Amino acid sequence: MQQTTLNISTSPHLTKGISTNTIMLHVVYAMLPVVGFAFYGFGLNALLIVVTSVFACVLTEHVLCRVTGKNTTVNDWSAVITGILLALTLPPIFPLWMTFFGGFIAIAVGKFAFGGLGYNVFNPALVGRAGLQAAFPVAITTWYPAMDVSRFTSVNQSLLAIPLMKPEVDAFSGATPLSAFKFEGVATAGDQLFLGFVSGSLGETSALLILIGGLYLVIRNFMNWRIPVAIVITVFTFSWLMNMIDSTKYPDPVFMLFAGGLMLGAVFMATDMVASPLTPLGVTVYGIIIGLLIIVIRLWGGLPEGVMYAILIGNAVSPHIDNLIKHRVYGTSK
Amino acid sequence: MLSFFNKTFKHGIHPPDYKSDTKDLPIRQLEFAPVMILPLSQSIGNQPKLLVKEGDEVVRGQLIATPDGYMSVALHAPISGKIRKIGKVPSITGKMVDGIYIESAPWSTQQIQGDQGTNLESSSADEILNAIQNAGIVGLGGAAFPTHVKLKIPDGKQCDVLIINGIECEPFLTTDHRVMLEQANDIFTGIQYLMKATGAPRTIIGIEANKQDAADHLKTFIRSNKNIEVKVVPVKYPQGAEKMLITSLLNREVPSGGLPIECNAVVVNVATTAEIGRLLPTGKGIQERVITVTGPAVKEKGNYLVPIGTPLRYLLESVGVETDKISELYMGGPMMGTAISNLDISITKGTSGIVAFTNEDVVRNEKVYPCIRCGACVDACPISLNPSKLGVLAKYEAYDEMAKKYNLLDCFECGSCSYVCPSHIPLVQYFRMSKRIVRKRKSVT
Repeated sequence: MQQTTLNISTSPHLTKGISTNTIMLHVVYAMLPVVGFAFYGFGLNALLIVVTSVFACVLTEHVLCRVTGKNTTVNDWSAVITGILLALTLPPIFPLWMTFFGGFIAIAVGKFAFGGLGYNVFNPALVGRAGLQAAFPVAITTWYPAMDVSRFTSVNQSLLAIPLMKPEVDAFSGATPLSAFKFEGVATAGDQLFLGFVSGSLGETSALLILIGGLYLVIRNFMNWRIPVAIVITVFTFSWLMNMIDSTKYPDPVFMLFAGGLMLGAVFMATDMVASPLTPLGVTVYGIIIGLLIIVIRLWGGLPEGVMYAILIGNAVSPHIDNLIKHRVYGTSK
Repeated sequence: MLSFFNKTFKHGIHPPDYKSDTKDLPIRQLEFAPVMILPLSQSIGNQPKLLVKEGDEVVRGQLIATPDGYMSVALHAPISGKIRKIGKVPSITGKMVDGIYIESAPWSTQQIQGDQGTNLESSSADEILNAIQNAGIVGLGGAAFPTHVKLKIPDGKQCDVLIINGIECEPFLTTDHRVMLEQANDIFTGIQYLMKATGAPRTIIGIEANKQDAADHLKTFIRSNKNIEVKVVPVKYPQGAEKMLITSLLNREVPSGGLPIECNAVVVNVATTAEIGRLLPTGKGIQERVITVTGPAVKEKGNYLVPIGTPLRYLLESVGVETDKISELYMGGPMMGTAISNLDISITKGTSGIVAFTNEDVVRNEKVYPCIRCGACVDACPISLNPSKLGVLAKYEAYDEMAKKYNLLDCFECGSCSYVCPSHIPLVQYFRMSKRIVRKRKSVT
């Protein structure tokens, strides 16, 4: 009788057919409109920054995997996400060598030092951005207006600054809506903010495109909608309250929502699966905490923008939220 | 009464059901194999005591092993013939176990021998339980738990509702579906016996919405009988798990670590019920069962009435499977069934289905990634465990913490977490192992 070789495996023998790298790839797709708009608004500068950042992240991940004797993990697309996200938080004329350094920090410190994908406590892109903020406080707050006429034909000189040299800043400060409000008391109109024809980081300007990307991920079930919703509702509610109290000192809620990195942070950063809680109630609490922190930093802190630190702190408390908030197991009383 | 939103249990998954190939095919009798291979122990509990010896001639339906204690059921000859050998037989676990080889007698009419029947009116609850034990009946849904043990209501407890489980939520399987369509009379007779045995004043037959035809068919039998009702529940895996079905139908929860009777319910599989209704009045023992044989490797897919002890290889060849071409084969459904490594085992009382694949059908590309805490498993677990956290703890061998803080022992291994995991982490396998280790440690101390 002929001998058959049978494959055996443990049940279940069916799987849903969705893979971690598929999820990551779809996140990349969801960010493409935002990247496209950055290119539209800031031209070649934006393109170079995105490419540099992604290249830095992927290269760092690949080299670190090789050095530590692991199989490379760049093909899971997560380093690409980190690269794009980091680029989207940077100003439009940020020097490329600093961008590269930021990508290195993001992956090496934000991700690899914690054990790689799945173990990062913080969103790696934000770790990279925080590193840059600490190292290059001037460059990272040097803005440039969108829709410059020569944006598709020339590259801003400060992008090509030589490493470690003091960059020649030829920028005339195109203040962001948030800093304009904070330091000059000038508010920007809501529809401009929503569509994105304002100054700011590469990816934070168009709330509309960010929301479209987020909606796509929510529909495909690759994103927890509760996180952005909790952040937005919290920020809206509290800024509305503050605005009611003193409308000259505190901006109106629409401005708060659509100015700065709030939308980008709420939709693409705070939703980092690894660094956010697991349960529905847990993520809601997490979103509320981030929302409150944004309000506190923006309204009373020294910085015009608070989204980055708010999310990083949210990431830090996320494991504790998971420990404190557990849902009731079937058949038990608590 | 405010149960509008609670018509089904929380979470769960929706795998494709693959039932269309066989759901409309009537049950067919499979011919008798020349040699039957019978493991003595075909259920949870003690192996029954053998009553025959090598060389004995047996008649189909004859009692050949008698229960050894309460947690044990009888075994009957599935075929008329001669006991050729008593010794070790291959089993689904891969181990050789005690068993019997029976050579079929070609001259026999294969008439089933019966005993004295159990009269529904005159028998007591305990007499019915005895009869069920002696008919060798175990849960035919796949768990093979001795049915009489499950029906025994502990002192101080009361069964206020009997649930007949016609859910069959495993993909591919259509046996219960066919049984409901073809054996309605047996099912209702069985229900009478079960209600008497448990003292339940009413019965609910639970059926998943993808078997509406079966529900409609059974409803035509209960026009006059108000204490039996058919309830259709949404299609969702694992709807057929006892605890989930109780929640869906009654909006009650079985306490952690407890049995259904602790919320005053008893759940019996519908095919088991039909078997009770068919066997008890005539005093016969169980000699065959309905099995769905399906999957891409099977030419004549269908629902077959297969004698217990039929060698798997014989069954496969009779339904047009080229046994040297198959690459994978499951006994039971794909969610909770067992992958078979040896075609020389045989069909036992707990075999609900055979699903066979060839190499062309199975594309395996399941690279394991680290857990990205996406929470898909948390949203899938029907009993609201945290498989993500449990998986991490299992990796660090923190078994006691898993059991004490994260309710590991409540996991009934439905596999929903592994099904949805995008990182293809074998979560349910971790939990199976961990549970075994925790139980072992408990039994030591």
